[in-house]
Amino acid sequence: MSNSVKLHYDVSGEDFTRAGEASGNIKKVLKEIGCDADLIRNVSIATYEAEINMVIHANGGVVDVDIFPDHIDIVLADQGPGIKDVELAMKEGYSTAPDNVRSLGFGAGMGLPNIKKYADEMKIETEVGVGTTIRLKFYIK
Amino acid sequence: MFSISELVEKANLKVLVEGDTLEKEITGCYCGDLLSWVMSRAKSGDAWITVMGNINCVAVALLADVACIILSEDAVLDDDAKLKAEAQGITILSTDKTTYDTACIINTFGV
Repeated sequence: MSNSVKLHYDVSGEDFTRAGEASGNIKKVLKEIGCDADLIRNVSIATYEAEINMVIHANGGVVDVDIFPDHIDIVLADQGPGIKDVELAMKEGYSTAPDNVRSLGFGAGMGLPNIKKYADEMKIETEVGVGTTIRLKFYIK
Repeated sequence: MFSISELVEKANLKVLVEGDTLEKEITGCYCGDLLSWVMSRAKSGDAWITVMGNINCVAVALLADVACIILSEDAVLDDDAKLKAEAQGITILSTDKTTYDTACIINTFGV
């Protein structure tokens, strides 16, 4: 457990232009380590979606990455409003994103479904008024 | 398979940002403007045709590993998106043709 590579990022909740910095950086590190291209793509997309969710809904948050020899753990935590109905939020097409976000091309209701699609394991811990933590696991084959 | 530069020539596209290389191979095509949808469905190596020219598109292109972005119908590329694409090596092309017409040209390459 002690020989993992750890990465930490703060996601700013203020502007969309910086969203993607954490996922872009994680992608770069995984590339340097020599991970498989499909794995890199899966991690990048899932992390970016989660990052965007943090910017849209939660005024930012933190991303912690642990890279082990056989898997990658990513924890994305925010202190936003929480998700009222997780089952509904997991449905493709369901979105609570405001109009200004939709005009940027987001808010298609694909964020959480995409994260689930690309991660090998996904756990959501959420409490209304407290925040949301998403735990992702990716296996290195 | 064919390269970005071959497509630029055949479809008479403008190169807004050259990116890492125009010799990268295009292996498919995806059309769409909803970014999450694109990330979910576009494949690595696709030419991505869209009218969205904001900075988030550059992040999507980078993370989804598409071969290039093609802005159809002369859609505007934002200044900050251009800067980010230059920094990240993402190729951005532009055309006055519609998304459909551009995709049809790509289709003639047999992808």
